[in-house]
Amino acid sequence: MEVIEQSKEMMELDPKTSSNNVMCQLTDPEGQPLGAPLYLPQTAGPPQLQQLVNQLLCNEERLPYAFYISDQELVVQLGDYLQKNKVSVEKVLRIVYQPQAIFRIRPVNRCSATIAGHTEAVLSVSFSPDGKHLASGSGDTTVRLWDLTTQTPLFSCTGHKNWVLYIAWSPDGKHLASGSKSGELLTWDPQTGKQSGKPLMGHKKWITGISWEPVHLTAPCRRFVSSSKDGDARIWDITLRRCLHCLSGHTKTVTCVKWGGDGMIYTGSQDCTIKIWTSEGKLIRELKNHAHWVNSLALSTEYTLRTGAFDHTGRTYSSPEEMKEAALAKYNKMKGNAPERLVSGSDDFHLYLWEPLTSKQPKAHLTGHQQLVNHVYFSPDGQWVASASFDKSVKLWNGITGNFVASFRGHVGPVYQISWSADSRLLLSGSKDSTLKVWDIRTKKLKQDLPGHADEVFAVDWSPDGEKVASGGKDRVLKLWMN
Amino acid sequence: MPQGDYIELHRKRHGYRLDHFDRKRKKEARQVHKRSAFAQKALGIKGKMFAKKRYQEKALMKKTLAMHDESSSRRKVDDEVQDGAIPAYLMDRDTTTRAKVLSNTIKQKRKEKAGKWDVPLPKVRPMAEAEAFRVVRTGKRKNKQWKRMVTKVTFVGPGFTRKPPKYERFIRPMGLRFTKAHVTHPELKCTFNLEIIGIKKNPNGPMYTSLGVITKGTLIEVNVSELGLVTDKGKVVWGKYAQVTNNPENDGCINAVLLV
Repeated sequence: MEVIEQSKEMMELDPKTSSNNVMCQLTDPEGQPLGAPLYLPQTAGPPQLQQLVNQLLCNEERLPYAFYISDQELVVQLGDYLQKNKVSVEKVLRIVYQPQAIFRIRPVNRCSATIAGHTEAVLSVSFSPDGKHLASGSGDTTVRLWDLTTQTPLFSCTGHKNWVLYIAWSPDGKHLASGSKSGELLTWDPQTGKQSGKPLMGHKKWITGISWEPVHLTAPCRRFVSSSKDGDARIWDITLRRCLHCLSGHTKTVTCVKWGGDGMIYTGSQDCTIKIWTSEGKLIRELKNHAHWVNSLALSTEYTLRTGAFDHTGRTYSSPEEMKEAALAKYNKMKGNAPERLVSGSDDFHLYLWEPLTSKQPKAHLTGHQQLVNHVYFSPDGQWVASASFDKSVKLWNGITGNFVASFRGHVGPVYQISWSADSRLLLSGSKDSTLKVWDIRTKKLKQDLPGHADEVFAVDWSPDGEKVASGGKDRVLKLWMN
Repeated sequence: MPQGDYIELHRKRHGYRLDHFDRKRKKEARQVHKRSAFAQKALGIKGKMFAKKRYQEKALMKKTLAMHDESSSRRKVDDEVQDGAIPAYLMDRDTTTRAKVLSNTIKQKRKEKAGKWDVPLPKVRPMAEAEAFRVVRTGKRKNKQWKRMVTKVTFVGPGFTRKPPKYERFIRPMGLRFTKAHVTHPELKCTFNLEIIGIKKNPNGPMYTSLGVITKGTLIEVNVSELGLVTDKGKVVWGKYAQVTNNPENDGCINAVLLV
């Protein structure tokens, strides 16, 4: 990871060109204006604007920003833009600034290791929140932990009775929960690879999703919520080793469950509804705009919740309280003052963008896919939404307004899973056509094609520290990709 | 008012006859015996038709009984670990589409070099020229014998135009031209109706190959793009070879096995 070098040029206000000024209004992504409208010279480009925004916001450190005019990124000087797009100079030009990550993640471009070990398809792959550990769940009923430094198998955790469908790390990185096709949940200690406690029984059918309680709400992670085919979601406590609440109300499979940063639990189901529950198991809202199964949910803060207190600096925390504080600070910074946003992808080919805590009505209706949407994911900074569909495309949407931004075509089979890099500049997609592809958000183009799997790719994950990508699929091997 | 409704009308006015249900019960009870007597007595086509009808009824009854049994009996939960694990997001999806997808894990072992396959039919019956080609006599006195008519199934490319009759030595009849073949995938045991792209090799000789004659054992190239196969580079495979397993000229269709 490299910290972007700040541009040192000073803004030049040439007296000769001062007549060619244009009235500009800088606004943040939510539309809040920054200062009064001001005259900017037409020679001003993104570096000058960046400096201006940093000054106006009184940032101590200079942060990188990207600038958008009517949803198009500004890469040239203002004057060139005005000429090219024939924009009237009479009107006030609205320029939206979006903060960028201060670190940059290099795209992966080679396969560094192909690790065999699983004897059946790899169904789920997940990096720990600090990016130092890797776990995978497979159809051979084992969960495996991998050593990332030597790229070899570390522990093989047996205990499940059937395919391990879903694994999830607790945001403090101390526990790993896994759910299987026979409906039992197990928790593991990633340091020793040993099963901690007895299986958590309760679900009658297979597990479709697991989500941990955010670390900024309770410091040592204790609770997680799981969803199942039997139509229930259950909240479990790993210290008491029992089910605290059963969230029943859905009439069909619960396909997806997320524990939000405000302590709400969101469940999407095949009965076409999204339900919102409190962590005490009370139903507080129901969102029913979808016409078919809800396949996937994503929260704008999801990536922050997943990584907890860990960030790109690689800091470690000694006590849970410290971790809680750091996570809370990180969460508040990411969230800003806007409410949490939810996006849902469905079998009816559409996506909806919600602000579930403020309104029952969707904020935006995102149409364009020609096949069912299998996976949706908010970028780590919450500015983009990516959706993977069976129509072989990945589409990119504005995460705040829900406007369509770009369509990434290139896969020749249905796209199963997507994953963002931590700096929100790159997107990874894994497909049935046995390839992974890395897309560049800035240029909206294919950055890297990663062939190598011999069969369908079921699971992909980009590590939160940005160093590695792990993928697993039907060909039973786990592949690690690096740059 | 229709005349045939008088019984219903009577029933409406006066109710059923007092012995109606008794008679009905008895009639139904006797019906079984009556049918069995008929079944034993009926001869010829009548007997056959009756037997067939009775068989169908019994089979249906058995099926229904089995279905009822299944719904009430308690079975052990199927907790065996099955092969072909799929992730949770594919669990409720249609499995019929999966049957179409070919497994790429079976690597394409043999490179695409002519005549180097381990084909399902290693030996073919040699075919004499006299069998494959019929002599067409031409000329005013029908004494010229240089023209041949192909009597086997052929594949003719889409852009083919026939030569003028004076120069056309081989006639490939329209009725024996084929563009599609039923191709079976040996691992999946399912069959697809695929378009023929070309003839790779007819074991009877290069002349047959160049003419596009399709006999048993011929290697044909078929369009497999709708099967959704991909190479290890992630590109779609569209042409693959298949060997013909039947005698198309006798059957009126081409059956083939895909070479994987």
